[in-house]
Amino acid sequence: MARFVMEFERPLAELEAKLTELKALDAAAELHLDQEIAELEAEVEQLRVTLYQALSPWERVQVSRHPERPKTQDYVEMLGSDVFELRGDRTYGDDEAIFAGLVTIAGRRCVVLGHRKGRNTKENIRRNFGSPHPEGLRKARRAMQLAEKFGLPLVTFVDTQGAHPGLEAEERGQGWAIAENLATLAALRVPVVAVGIGEGGSGGALAIGFGDRLIMLENAYYSVISPEACASILYKDASRAPETSACLQMTAADLVRHGIADEIVPEPLGGAHRDPGMVYAAVERAISSALDSLCGQEVGELVEKRFERISAIGVFTEGE
Amino acid sequence: MPISDWFKAREGRRYTVASADKSADLPDGVWLKCPSCKHTLYQGALNDNLSVCPHCGHHFDMPAYDRVLALADADTFEETEATISSLDPLRFSAAKPYSTSLSSAKEKTGLAEAMITGRALLGGHPVVLGAMDFRFIGASMGSAVGEKIARAFALAQAEDRALVLAIASGGARMQEGMLSLMQMAKTSAAAERLSRAGVPYISILTNPTYGGVTASFPVLADVILAEPGALIGFTGPRVIEQTIRQSLPKGFQTAEFLVEHGMIDGVVPRPELRDTVGRILDYLCVRDVPEAAAGAACAVPTEGGEE
Ligand SMILES: [Zn+2]
Repeated sequence: MARFVMEFERPLAELEAKLTELKALDAAAELHLDQEIAELEAEVEQLRVTLYQALSPWERVQVSRHPERPKTQDYVEMLGSDVFELRGDRTYGDDEAIFAGLVTIAGRRCVVLGHRKGRNTKENIRRNFGSPHPEGLRKARRAMQLAEKFGLPLVTFVDTQGAHPGLEAEERGQGWAIAENLATLAALRVPVVAVGIGEGGSGGALAIGFGDRLIMLENAYYSVISPEACASILYKDASRAPETSACLQMTAADLVRHGIADEIVPEPLGGAHRDPGMVYAAVERAISSALDSLCGQEVGELVEKRFERISAIGVFTEGE
Repeated sequence: MPISDWFKAREGRRYTVASADKSADLPDGVWLKCPSCKHTLYQGALNDNLSVCPHCGHHFDMPAYDRVLALADADTFEETEATISSLDPLRFSAAKPYSTSLSSAKEKTGLAEAMITGRALLGGHPVVLGAMDFRFIGASMGSAVGEKIARAFALAQAEDRALVLAIASGGARMQEGMLSLMQMAKTSAAAERLSRAGVPYISILTNPTYGGVTASFPVLADVILAEPGALIGFTGPRVIEQTIRQSLPKGFQTAEFLVEHGMIDGVVPRPELRDTVGRILDYLCVRDVPEAAAGAACAVPTEGGEE
């Protein structure tokens, strides 16, 4: 399958295509182009390194949205075993934009939540590109409460452009659904580990996206507003998103610097989709070690620490 | 700034308050036109009428100090945390430097931040009272607003006072990036604590209340009220129309629309807010009336029992 080419990768894709062409030509006509091929290969490798080793925030946003990037469903399948999916909010419907289920991860029985983007157009339409309606967030809340009731740790995978912006979502209380999840997550009496695997779009991400630990993939982002929306507001021009994505300080490294995320899981050069197996193993290790340190804690202390952790976030002055 | 100084400052500004609806052919600030009924109104008369149009009942935006004074029993409001204000942790400078927005908001409003909080009595009940001021960067919630709200919740719990918050906000303050998004979690965590402590919390949603603020502490109240015609929602109508091209019904996201959809308890005109909140607190604050506490289980009214 042809790999989806991100805009900033185009020079590399062109060079790679030239290399393929040269190899085909050489094989067909026995032109003995070994020397030229070796040189071009070195050039490709050099470009790959310079292109990927220091991605700009906007380039990371593109990587986080790469269609072949591993998604919640992949993590559940690759890391989890003995999966039982929990469906429905018991009030309105079952929103496939959110996955909820009983899943064994790293040898522990857990409740797992995640924004569920599709792997193709058909899946994406059913799952609304991973943008939940209120019923999806209420299903998530139901699963959180189930985790609490039976003492199961909660693991969440964050990957959404945001909560669905629509008429029906507003009628059914999108803001209310998010707020109720925030209150529930903040006081949940079991360990909560959130993993930013792709996009962290505003309130719809936060509604299942914080806890005792926040682990971020190297190219995942988390932001108060999408860089495009921010650019539309400030510049009346969404195409200035590359600038606003830097201003908003939304990369994994920014989040660690601001004391919001705890840990960054490195990705292979070029992004998680280049070597998903390596990423699954690293994410599993990170979740496992977070749960190891959290599951031993006394519940009251765990909840108090989480409250203090959330309450400490913010930069302001108290001077006259 | 102490409230006495603020009054002096306010007197000085009284007739130069800018209004978006000000008509170009009228003298600056003294007169303005009601956007709803088009009557020409004298600014002073409007201020004396809780910023409600005497002709049609249109509710104008209300500055935060006017709001707390309108809700609190006379001479009982005592401000807390008055010195908390924003910094510029991201050195955010897209389009316009955040630091410039902050200083001009302070200049324009005389406020240190988009929210004021304090202790007061309301209908005789000790309360913690807070109000947001839309003139201050759209009353968006950054770290300072989030901290003031979290401390208001903590104070209400520590002193067993009911919490009453008047909300208006464009949403999260994007100039503080993720720090502002996390204030949603922080204020919701604080609201959940107060709720578990059994201390009453009433929110009053005013025009406009949107975005990340709607999706956090305001809608976690025990009783949610809203002013007539106030626009309240998570995603604004323009964004909905632009992103998913849905056409929206008349009256979408008004306070009345939210009552119909079961999201709030009632629409209360501004002149009735104080009495309404007081009456609700009479039910929820049994603990602050010693005689009632003794007979809390049967909740016998201690006075005004004829109602
Ligand atoms: Zn009018």
